[in-house]
Amino acid sequence: MDTYSLMREFADSWMLLALFAFFIGVVIWVMRPGSRDTYENVADIPFRNEDAPARAARHASDEEH
Amino acid sequence: MGNYVKLILLGLIAFFALFAANQARDIAYLVNALTIALVAAGMFIWVLRNTDEDRPVVDLSGEYMDGVVRAGVIATALWGVVGFLVGTFIAFQLAFPALNFEWAQGYMNFGRLRPLHTSAVIFAFGGNALIATSFYVVQRTCAARLWGGNLAWFVFWGFQLVIVLAATGYLLGATQSKEYAEPEWYVDWWLTIVWVSYLAVFVGTLVKRKEPHIYVANWFYLSFIITVAMLHVVNNLSIPVSIFGSKSVQVFSGVQDAMTQWWYGHNAVGFFLTAGFLAMMYYFVPKQAGRPVYSYKLSIIHFWALIFLYIWAGPHHLHYTALPDWASTLGMVFSIVLWMPSWGGMINGLMTLSGAWDKLRTDPVIRMMVISLGFYGMSTFEGPMMSIRAVNSLSHYTDWTIGHVHSGALGWNGMITFGCLYFLVPKLWNRERLYSLSLVSWHFWLATIGIILYAASMWVTGIMEGLMWREVDANGFLVNSFADTVSAKLPMYVVRGLGGVMFLSGAIIMCFNLYMTVRRSPAVQTDNSAVPAE
Repeated sequence: MDTYSLMREFADSWMLLALFAFFIGVVIWVMRPGSRDTYENVADIPFRNEDAPARAARHASDEEH
Repeated sequence: MGNYVKLILLGLIAFFALFAANQARDIAYLVNALTIALVAAGMFIWVLRNTDEDRPVVDLSGEYMDGVVRAGVIATALWGVVGFLVGTFIAFQLAFPALNFEWAQGYMNFGRLRPLHTSAVIFAFGGNALIATSFYVVQRTCAARLWGGNLAWFVFWGFQLVIVLAATGYLLGATQSKEYAEPEWYVDWWLTIVWVSYLAVFVGTLVKRKEPHIYVANWFYLSFIITVAMLHVVNNLSIPVSIFGSKSVQVFSGVQDAMTQWWYGHNAVGFFLTAGFLAMMYYFVPKQAGRPVYSYKLSIIHFWALIFLYIWAGPHHLHYTALPDWASTLGMVFSIVLWMPSWGGMINGLMTLSGAWDKLRTDPVIRMMVISLGFYGMSTFEGPMMSIRAVNSLSHYTDWTIGHVHSGALGWNGMITFGCLYFLVPKLWNRERLYSLSLVSWHFWLATIGIILYAASMWVTGIMEGLMWREVDANGFLVNSFADTVSAKLPMYVVRGLGGVMFLSGAIIMCFNLYMTVRRSPAVQTDNSAVPAE
């Protein structure tokens, strides 16, 4: 089989499946248990460190509430 | 020591640019080579004056690098006015052909000015807005100063040089005839260097971030930078005819070239004008509304859905051409599916205001951002509809397409950028507030009515033109000649030009307002200087 047909067949079968599976995986991962607290925390990022860089690295556990 | 290397390099560049100018095969190349020589010589003198001077080393890691953002804000506003002015002028050139002055033929006629307009608004206005806001946002959301020191300044000035070289080249006839990718080979190479530096600054800042999570706006910015790099390199694969001339020959030919061009062209819309500006939305709308984004989960799904779908939509520009049917069907289907993530993003932005809708009455800046999302929603519905083959058979080659593009570009990209500029200027120049909110309202209404006049007149003329072209009499002969459609379009062209005048006057009012904000508004009181920066 020539290169074009080979790539065409791969693209519209396995590659399509892989990309689609990745996307569904993202959707499921976003809905994982406990994600709500994490995302409520990270959605506040724009409201921190407005005027100057942070002094020390921040850890995810700092913002438990 | 570093300065000596710089001086040698700048001297060599100036020398070779002058040599190239002497050998130049065409006027555009000559002018561009002289521009490069002038810039290199100027920088040579500047570096020389700073060499072996005693300068105290200041530790700046405790502050954000905002100088380059301020420069980017000024460049955005000024290039915006230039781009809108040229656009308004060429709109009137179409209505009144006498404005293609005889004495300026070959330099200032419609064909030469049109790429100047598109590049000025998309790359100079939009590009500077993206670079400036991305530098602002990535620092704040990573809680880290920009990586790479003065590399950010190189990105800013290097990008301005791209714009100047491209703009003068267009007027003098250098073009590789690819829409939105007109600059010739040496400008393309220079842009590649600038863009890779931009990527390095952005990723470098992400790497040294103090926040463990990468905020969603940065994901959108990063996808914009990476994809534009890929699109730019592939679509500009060309071989110069001579290294002393601006002409180059494309490596692809025929339908492959057309497909590559519209893969580039549509993703310039998708990643430059959409992903990058969505990044602005995900930072500045929450900031201006004072509330976090409506749904962070939706923003992640929005991101992956958008980048997975957009890259396939390009073939809808080539319906009924030599492109195979399966490819144009693929492009059409992906364009229609794309409607969903687009509206998901719009809803996410709009609903960020839930609980704060009263701000629409009191804050004209948030009103600007909200109407930009409205136009985003409208044009991302119109686009998928126009990509359907049957609709496209009516709309393609007509002014409907131009109306669609402008409702997206003026409404979505323009308005969200204006909103960001109104947000940024008081912050960056440490001012309490804008000079005048009523001037913002004037800008808002002038721009909105201007866009509506533009879009409505282009719908009317586009559909009229499409119907006139396909009208046949009882014997199957075409009823109208092309010139009949041209004369029928005059009133709509005048209305469109007036819409442009209104949009332009709004932008000039904005520039005045921002200038007065910096000059006249009271500075923020700094009585809390003893509070630690935690």
